[in-house]
Amino acid sequence: MFELTVNGTKRQVDVMPEMPLLWVLRDELDITSPKYGCGIAQCGACTVDIDGAAVRSCQARIKDVAGKSVTTIEAIGEGSLHPVQQAWIDHQVPQCGYCQTGQIIQAISLLRLVPKPSDEDINNVMSGNLCRCGTFERIRLAIHTAAEKMGSN
Amino acid sequence: MQESLQLSRRDVVFGSVAVAGGVVFGSYASAQPASTGAAANPLAAHLGHDSVTFNPWVEISPKTITLIAQHADKGQGVGSIQPLMIAEELDLEPHQFEIRFAGPSPAYFNTGFAHELAPFMAPDQSLEAEKARAAVLEWLRKAGLQMTGGSSTLPDTFDKLRMAGAVARETLKAAAAKRSGVPVARLRTEAGHVILPNGTKLPYVTLSADAAKIRPVADVKLRDPSQWRFIGKPMERLDIRSKVTGEMKFGIDRKMAGMVYAAVKLNPHKGQPIRSFDASKAMAMPGVKKVLKLSTGVAVIATNSWYAMQAAQTVDCVWEPSLYPADQADHWKVVGSSFTPEFLAKQWRNDGDVEASLKDGTFVEAEYRAPYVGHQPLEPLNGLGLLTDTGMEIWVGHQTPQSVQHIAAKTIGMKPEQITFHNEWMGGSFGHRLEFENVRVLAEICNQMRGVPVKLVFSREEDFQQDIPRQIAMGRYRGSVKDGKIVAAEAQVAATAPFKELQARMDAPTKDPDGQLAVGIWNMYYDIPNYRAASFEVQGLSPSTTWRSVGASANGFFTESFIDELIHAAGLDPLRARIDMCKIPVYRKVMETVGEMADWKGPLGNGKGRGVAFVESFGTAVAEIVEVTMTDRGIKVDNVWVAADVGTVVDPINFENLVQGGVVWGLGHAMNCELTYAKGGVEQTNYNHHEGMRMYQCPIIKVRGLENDYTVRGIGEPPVPPAPPALANAIFAATGKRIREMPFNKFIDFV
Repeated sequence: MFELTVNGTKRQVDVMPEMPLLWVLRDELDITSPKYGCGIAQCGACTVDIDGAAVRSCQARIKDVAGKSVTTIEAIGEGSLHPVQQAWIDHQVPQCGYCQTGQIIQAISLLRLVPKPSDEDINNVMSGNLCRCGTFERIRLAIHTAAEKMGSN
Repeated sequence: MQESLQLSRRDVVFGSVAVAGGVVFGSYASAQPASTGAAANPLAAHLGHDSVTFNPWVEISPKTITLIAQHADKGQGVGSIQPLMIAEELDLEPHQFEIRFAGPSPAYFNTGFAHELAPFMAPDQSLEAEKARAAVLEWLRKAGLQMTGGSSTLPDTFDKLRMAGAVARETLKAAAAKRSGVPVARLRTEAGHVILPNGTKLPYVTLSADAAKIRPVADVKLRDPSQWRFIGKPMERLDIRSKVTGEMKFGIDRKMAGMVYAAVKLNPHKGQPIRSFDASKAMAMPGVKKVLKLSTGVAVIATNSWYAMQAAQTVDCVWEPSLYPADQADHWKVVGSSFTPEFLAKQWRNDGDVEASLKDGTFVEAEYRAPYVGHQPLEPLNGLGLLTDTGMEIWVGHQTPQSVQHIAAKTIGMKPEQITFHNEWMGGSFGHRLEFENVRVLAEICNQMRGVPVKLVFSREEDFQQDIPRQIAMGRYRGSVKDGKIVAAEAQVAATAPFKELQARMDAPTKDPDGQLAVGIWNMYYDIPNYRAASFEVQGLSPSTTWRSVGASANGFFTESFIDELIHAAGLDPLRARIDMCKIPVYRKVMETVGEMADWKGPLGNGKGRGVAFVESFGTAVAEIVEVTMTDRGIKVDNVWVAADVGTVVDPINFENLVQGGVVWGLGHAMNCELTYAKGGVEQTNYNHHEGMRMYQCPIIKVRGLENDYTVRGIGEPPVPPAPPALANAIFAATGKRIREMPFNKFIDFV
């Protein structure tokens, strides 16, 4: 039995210690916003926030996550839309949208580290998040917009 | 009937569709003839108390307005624009209705294929062409084929959904007139209400019971474009917010009480059976409930998708060998040896005297290659199924609802009408979800798990291995130039037949040549006095299928690369020469526009180069200019300009997004991707082997939509084909190196 905090709530799961967090969230705890895309940290669709860092949940084993605090997109705005989410809406970034929850969590993490990122900063950090629909240009624009808004607040 | 006879004498492509209707959909259609209720309007059968339906797209209950999206949403935005086109005429605001995907019904037959399947080129507005399209439309109506694909959603629905909204509006007004005694002419509608002259507002939902008692008003007129509130205006796609908050449920997210998870290990030799297996390791693993034998592999049933996938990997399977060559080099050999009369599918063009004119002037020849590539949408194949003795219910994102019924029914020995299909929002498709690997396997599993809901999820590796790829293709081109002009060109393409093979897997085989292999060589609009084009259909290789832009994804690269080679041989400017040679004024405008956008002025120098390409596919003319820089780390793709003419830009923001995505798709795979076979299976099993494009390679993409074409065109696929040749032509301009084979990274480095 492992205990972790998910979106502010303590949760217990009885699974094998090697099970990656992604499948704990999706299949055991019914939180489906982190997506399964590749299973080997090549696409970033499963990205969640663990204690303030963007992590590929398909690579985080439950035994290593026990006791930590996991935040998925549902709680990333703390009850309202995060400025990054709002920027994603303003630029209408998604097409199929399957990768976008992971993209947004990665972008929030980027802005925490680099509040005013250049295109190159964005390319460096966001290139691990694959988008098969090809929304990269809008992602870049949305990150710049969010950076401006967050900087002026 | 007479038109059909004339058409069949013309050796047309659409005959195969008629056959498709007869074989696959015939029994379904004849069980529910189009003239009777269920087929005329499938919503009528399940209507609640005091509810009304006016047509297959609008349903109003005393509580809810539901608009039906007949085309499936793979991310291209049709789950939003279809209901909004109804709402345009029905006077609804975006928050006032629910959206539901259509179930299988011939009522939702795709009228949009009439243009693609009639044997006339897109800009042809002759009486003969229009008559042929009308005849194809009648075939389609009889066939009842409901399919999302071929960039056909807007051509299919632009008129009919606005009409559906208008009929509903006028019928609601008639009901309000009856109730209030006020003549219809004095009523108006706004934001979900009929409004009386005294200002009284009657919500549509309160009129549902009354409206159900009268015949839908048939005599309605569509609004003038000047009155449009949504169409052509910047609007927020209705699915954007839920995709940004994580609330959107894709097929893979659907759950059901008592559900078990399934993972599969299938024969990597595509389509071949399993001989034997040993699952003793898997059975001992945590969470595992069962291991099932399937016709082409095994399934592990477990309490969690991860347990199922882990255990499936450990099953020791003995596979039947592949029917196609085990190794990639032999695939290419077979393609290369297929340019013979035996494999000739059709000579599509033969203008002037090609043989004689090839001997005149400077001779140019070149061979091009397009490899197998994968679809690999980010949401892997999946499905939820529940089979009982009376039928099967299946939840799966798919582009061909009736085929899901047919394939599932055939697999488990039931009748198609015993299969209840629910469509899902899809995390991409690109043609992947026109195929049936997950449907067939899910039906086999559910048949062994009766009464238990089963969630099947393909691992990414399994998805790669079972992905039926884009056709493998080779182009052999010859031409000649003289006195600064192209005097002759010949295009020969040998490829596996993607659409024809898909039709066969839908159990609607055809002997007609695959029309998709003609795209890009037949509909070539340059005025070359001596021009010949033929396609050869390669036999005995890997199955192949439709991949975003299908035939044009390879042929567009070949033809527009070769035209560029001829233009250079003739000493002409690549853009100017194309414009001068183009016979269609609307298409010349597309090329002129992209030249203006890029401020094209000929060679750039300083290690920079620009390339241009123009391809019409699915009726939509698209011109692209790519700009690259040769750096010491390789080629950097800096900028892309795109001009596309779709007649009417219906959803402008989504239009731009789709065009940008199409360019990324076209470039990314041309630069970085191929699937290769070794020992009968695909060697690439995850994105690290086949990554498409990532952000660091993504250029700035400027888009302009033109509205000069005479009818509404689609935009999902047409931006793809010009991207690879425009890039190859740009690399030539920057480096002098001509790349004639995809992926380009085998021949040059990219930053």
